[in-house]
Amino acid sequence: MASITQTQSRAVTIAQAEQRRPINWGLVFVYAFLIVGALISICPFVYMIMTSLKSLGDVIVNSFWPWPPFGHEPLQFQNYPDAIAEAGFDKQWGVPLIVRYFANSIIVSLAILVGTLITSILAAYALTHIELPGKQILFMLILATVMIPNDLTLVPKVVMMYQITWPVQWYNTYLALIVPFLASVFGIFLLRQFFLQIPKDLFDAALIDGAGHLRYLFTVVVPLSKPALVTIALLNFISSWDSFKWPLLVTRDSSMRVIAIGLQQFQASEGGTNTHLMMAFAAMVVIPVVILYFFTQKYFKEGISRTGIKG
Amino acid sequence: MATQTAEIGHIGVQRRNTIRQWRRLREISLGYLLLAPAFIILLVFEFLPVFYGFYISMCRWLNGCVRFVGLDYYARAFSDPEMWESLWTTAVYSMLSIPVQLSLGLLIAYLLFQNIRGKDAFRVMFFFPYITSTVASAAVWAYLYSPDRGLINAIAKALGLPTLKWLGESKGVFELMAQGLGTTLPNWLDGPPLALVALIIYTTWVFLGYDITIFLAGLGNIPNELYDAAKVDGASGWTLFRNITLPLLSPTTFFLLLITVIGTFKAFNHIYVMTRGGPGTATETSSIYIFRQMFESQNYGYSAALSFILFTVILVITVIQNRVAGSRVVYD
Repeated sequence: MASITQTQSRAVTIAQAEQRRPINWGLVFVYAFLIVGALISICPFVYMIMTSLKSLGDVIVNSFWPWPPFGHEPLQFQNYPDAIAEAGFDKQWGVPLIVRYFANSIIVSLAILVGTLITSILAAYALTHIELPGKQILFMLILATVMIPNDLTLVPKVVMMYQITWPVQWYNTYLALIVPFLASVFGIFLLRQFFLQIPKDLFDAALIDGAGHLRYLFTVVVPLSKPALVTIALLNFISSWDSFKWPLLVTRDSSMRVIAIGLQQFQASEGGTNTHLMMAFAAMVVIPVVILYFFTQKYFKEGISRTGIKG
Repeated sequence: MATQTAEIGHIGVQRRNTIRQWRRLREISLGYLLLAPAFIILLVFEFLPVFYGFYISMCRWLNGCVRFVGLDYYARAFSDPEMWESLWTTAVYSMLSIPVQLSLGLLIAYLLFQNIRGKDAFRVMFFFPYITSTVASAAVWAYLYSPDRGLINAIAKALGLPTLKWLGESKGVFELMAQGLGTTLPNWLDGPPLALVALIIYTTWVFLGYDITIFLAGLGNIPNELYDAAKVDGASGWTLFRNITLPLLSPTTFFLLLITVIGTFKAFNHIYVMTRGGPGTATETSSIYIFRQMFESQNYGYSAALSFILFTVILVITVIQNRVAGSRVVYD
């Protein structure tokens, strides 16, 4: 009995409080606007996953929600293995082509990532910790390459991939996909900024302890720069995972294709008919990146707002 | 005796100097050695291709320079109507994308900046399209736009609106509106093709999160005291935004403007996936045209010449932007 009166009185107080403070319609509108905007950002992906779990019949009649409680279809998880089967088989490795596409993308992206980190660390260290004659000019030259748009050099670079034949012709091999991207001006620039902030005393102390440049670099400088390295690694990985135009130009065999091209070709040939399988394929491409993003989004935000550059 | 000691000391100094010089030499070599990998890659795959590309642009190219044609390809480009058309399409794509993208980005960033609850969650969601694979999201949007199976036409149908061909529609947007109202317009009023507008909607959807992130960083750099001082003077809402936020944000806006212009001029992946430049040439931007000349027609020389022309156009726009903005951007 007592508790009821208490609840009642509390309800009255809340009602009174609400009466006193009128609803801020402006704020309601702002939230509504932001929520709708955020939903539009997410919806295409939700719809992609929904479609990847529908049967072809449901896709054709455009049934929005064919599953219980409104419909009676089960979730079509079968679409995923079906999409893998439909995409074909890689004879060279004896695996489904999708697996090969993923393997190629992972090999290429990781090789570029590791290579870029190494070349950038070494170059940034030389630019910050060693007194080199002509250092400023070299740094300006490196920076100047940012001004050269990729598209300007696309034709000559593709031609080079046909022409370079050491140790084999680069065209249609991993070499063409990896080697031209093993250096990153962005990486060198960001690391240089970071290395400059490391106090000089640290180096003098290491010198007294008998450490040389290389030992100092790998035992002190690199561990200290972990945040910058993670940012560079992430942006670099995302951009090479996304690369499409270059691999399309310098590879020919389906066993050398990367995942973005595999998906585009699947879309071109099957997208109009087997839409549900195409969406399953797209979901397989998107989901790993989404998982990576949610675990690392802090670094993305920092990397992008600090540098404004993607990859 | 004294001279002897001095001599020994002298030799010691000399030896020490040689050792120091030797060390210094080793250090310098190490420095160049560390720089070499990055420098050689950039030299071979960024710098030299510029000159090589210019050479190729003066050749009929077939596994090598078959015939040197000088500047013939440039002359051909200037009288090639498809080149001008593609340049115009690129310009329209760019000029329509930029204001929509930047104003929406600024609006949302400004709203998020006002102590909105769940700000981080919003930011993560808006940023999401930017992070996912372009080919995948473009393929999804091609499906959303699909005339018979797509979600967008399904919603239009449910709301009683007319359904459209979207990516397959080369007619102008104003032309379509006039058609809907049962009238016709003069040709010059047709407006951009619907397919191109559909691409612009997609582009906005992708890059909005990036713009918001950069704008948020810019907003964070504006000192709070300025707002407080203005509030004491009785300013509020729009006045604060107009007189403090906009001018102090101008370096950020200018940076985004540059990035967006360059981004729209080199846009390729999503256009290739969604329309391949079609229907007809309705969405054939310069980068698509250059790609087709190289990939489909194997005209390496002509394609290289077109790249140089496009690069010159971008360069001129950038310089003009710098000049114009130089007088307007407020750097504090």
